[in-house]
Formats: sequence, structure tokens, C-alpha cells
Amino acid sequence: MSGPGLLASVCAVIERELRIALRRRSDVMTSLIFFVIVVSLFPLGVGADPALLRTLGPGVVWVAALLACMLALARLFAADHADGTLEQLSLAPQPLMLLVLAKTTAHWLTTGLPLVVVAPLLGLQFDLGSEPLLVLIASLLLGTPTLSLIGAIGAALTLGLRGGGALLALLILPLYIPVLIFGAGAVEAVAAGLGAGAHLSLLAALFLGTLAFAPWATALALRISME
Amino acid sequence: MIAIRWFKYSSPQTFYPLAGRLTTWFGALAALLAVTGLYIGFFVAPTDFQQGEAYRIIFIHVPAAWMSMFLYLVMAMWAAIGLAWNTRLSSMMALAIAPTGAMMTFIALWTGALWGKPMWGTWWVWDARLTSELILLFLYVGFMFLHAAIDDPRRADRAAAVIAIVGAINVPIIYFSVKWWNTLHQGASVSLTRSPSMASTMLAGMLIMSLAFWMYSIAVILKRVRCVILERERNADWLREPGATA
Amino acid sequence: MSWENLGTFIAMGGYGGYVWGSFGVTAACALIEILALGARRRRLLRQRAE
Repeated sequence: MSGPGLLASVCAVIERELRIALRRRSDVMTSLIFFVIVVSLFPLGVGADPALLRTLGPGVVWVAALLACMLALARLFAADHADGTLEQLSLAPQPLMLLVLAKTTAHWLTTGLPLVVVAPLLGLQFDLGSEPLLVLIASLLLGTPTLSLIGAIGAALTLGLRGGGALLALLILPLYIPVLIFGAGAVEAVAAGLGAGAHLSLLAALFLGTLAFAPWATALALRISME
Repeated sequence: MIAIRWFKYSSPQTFYPLAGRLTTWFGALAALLAVTGLYIGFFVAPTDFQQGEAYRIIFIHVPAAWMSMFLYLVMAMWAAIGLAWNTRLSSMMALAIAPTGAMMTFIALWTGALWGKPMWGTWWVWDARLTSELILLFLYVGFMFLHAAIDDPRRADRAAAVIAIVGAINVPIIYFSVKWWNTLHQGASVSLTRSPSMASTMLAGMLIMSLAFWMYSIAVILKRVRCVILERERNADWLREPGATA
Repeated sequence: MSWENLGTFIAMGGYGGYVWGSFGVTAACALIEILALGARRRRLLRQRAE
């Protein structure tokens, strides 16, 4: 008797995650609103000088996106761990790595992708030109999946721990730094008149490398956390 | 035959007394090297033409920075071995290394700041190496805090091992990206180590101090791993025998 | 390298604060680390004796 194929299982997991997310819309919206608020805090903190804001804009939007992604990570495994679903997933015949990839994809769809959609609007608040805005979208599109993948490792390691959120931040923010540097750097390069090709290529390379390694590390971390 | 002799020391019971003897030897070696290095640093190496006497901080800064990076890799290695082969002592070694590594990183940052202020006017420079050292400190602290947050020692060992390995893989990526960021945002790169050439006495002093730091680290880490063994193996039979804790 | 007197040695050409601040803090860290480990060991041995 053959169970559902690999692709079917992955799609089933993604579908389930999306359905749950739709039912808990406020959870999804929270990280988005957080993103908007954090970006708005910066001009309030540093003053409204347009030239300064134009310089700061890419970095600010990127840092805020990074923090918003991180905020939503706690949700990735917590609920399933609490009600035993996670254990069921680990016992399933499909490789845990693949199911982890499915959950991470769904997480990105509900967290990272909305950020990509809203970011250009926030970029306008910082008076970024049309070309920098396009590169902002591209860099976030390439970068936020990487952030979700790396974050999943942290979420798996800190499963059920006290001090969870802050500890998660401490663990993965250093790992986020290369993505931040190349992501914000891409937009800044274009704003300065240089090309963003190198930055975007490096972002793509980081994404592919993380895709190859992170789900395996996350599955390992989950097994360690659940024993 | 040789393999059996090596693995003899892979249990806490046999390693404990060995570590005790080694600590004394490495400590003595460290003291000797430090005295030699400091003598060279203060009484042999000449005054620097550009930086005056302030450059002598290099005899602490560079060894500390090298040790901080070296110890992280060694820590990640022992953590990986403990994770892969389920050997308790390997994980204990990784745990013992972390605080000393973090201290080395702190010293590198502190001396970097005290060197930067007279040289470039600010207490902090976003130089690629200093910034990478700062991130390395975060990685060390992450390892220690994750371990401390988990009550079960074996889960703690294994979870911390994962973050150590992920960190180790990321260190070159982080360094490369920070270097990239630094060259784009700063015109002339400020380097905290001298180039192109260094007087041979300065180099000798630096190398001897590096060895001193290395020997010190080994001595302190072995002393700490003995404490970890005492804590973890609390109920073991071998510790009940008289004189076992010597 | 010859220093005229103890005074010039400590002054370090005007950079005394930075140089001795570095060496001093490093020595202090090492000392604290060693003493703390000694205390930790004594505490553990005391607990065993109970």
C-alpha cells in the first residue's frame, strides 16, 4: 500500500498551514503591522531631513523586515509542538526535512511575501526612486525566504524554552547579517548609480546555499528538541 | 594498538586526572611565554615611527583576536564530534571552551577600542575585522545562553552543537559580507594590524604572546572541563573512590 | 628599547592610559577567570563532601 507521494505530502502540509493562517489572520497581520510601525519609528527618531531619510531608507526597511520575520518565527513550530502534531510529522514516512521545508515555505508565504508587497510603499516614505524601489522588491524577494529558512533552525532549537523569543533573536540575528548587508547594499548601490547585479547574485547564492543546508539542520534540531 | 591508547582518554573518568596534570604544565608554559613575550614587547621592540608607544597594544590585541577565532573553530569541532558520536566528554569540552573564547573576543574588542581611540579618534571603528569580532562575540554568547536555557544536559549539548556548527559555517560568510560592506562604505580601509612590514622584534613579540595566550587557554579550559566533569558525573561510581577528585 | 626611567615607562609617550588600560584589563580578566574556576572547583568539592 503506498502512502501519498512526496510532492502530495508537501502540498498537503503547505495547504494546512495556509488554512490555519487564514483562520488566524491577526497572527499574520501582526508581523506586517510591526513592520510598518518599526519603519515609521526611524524618521521619528532621526528627524525628517529628506536627504538623510533617502540614505537611511534601504537599511531601515531591511532591518524592519528582518525583525518582522523573526517575530513571526515563534509561530512556526510552537502550536504544532503543543498539540502533538509535530511529533506525528516526525514519525511520518516522508523525510522530516521535506516537511520542514513545506512548513517554512508556508511561513514565508504568510510572513515574507506580505513584507515584499508592502515594502515599496514604505520605501516611498523615504523618498526612494523607482529603480531603487524595484531593487528593494527584488532583494526582499530573494532575501526573505533565506530569512525564513535560517530562522526555522533557531525556532527548532528554542522549541518550548523559556526566554524563547529573545533567545531566538540572539541566535539568529548574527546569522541574518550577510543577508542584510547584501539586501540593503543592493538598494543603496542602485540609489548611488551603481549596479545591483553583484549584490542580487550574492543574495541568490545565499538563498540556494541556505535552501540546501537549512532544512536538514532544522530537522536535526527538531529531533533534538523533541526527544 | 595506538587507537586503543587514544580512546582510553575519551571517558571523563580517565580524562579527569590527565587534565589535572596537564593544566599545571600548560599554565607554567603560558607564564614563561608571557614573561618572554612581554619582555620583548616592552624592552626589545622599538618605538613605532607612526604610532608611538600606543602600538604596543598589538601584543595583546592580535593574540586575543587569533585565539577568539581559533577557539570558536575548536569548540565547534568538539561539539560536532559530540553530536555525531554521542561522546559526552566531547560536548563537555565544547562547553568548557566557550567562556574562554568569549573572553578572548571581549579582550580583542576592548583593546581594539583602546587602540582605535588614540589612532583614529573614535572608541569604535566599523572596521571589517572589529565588526566580525563583535559578531563572533554574539555567536559565543548565543551558544552559552542556548545551553544554559535547556535543563536536560544532553539536549542542551546537542542543541548547542547545532548552533555552534551553523555558526562555524557562517563565520567565513559573515566575514566576507562584512568586508564587502566595509570597503563599500569606507574610503580608505583602516587596518588595525600593521602592514606592509613589521619590525622583526615586533613580530617575534606578537608570535610569542600568541603562543602564551594559546597555552593559557588550554590550561584554563582543562581546568574548567574538570569542573564540568565534577558537575555532570556527580553520581558516578569512580568519583566515590578516595582521592578520585584530586 | 631603553626607557629613561619608570616615569617614561608608565607614561608610554602619552599613551599610558590606553596601553595600561589594555594590559591591565587583560590581566584582570585572566585573574578573574582563574580565581572563578578555583572557587567553582572548591564549591563542587565542598558539595560532594556533604
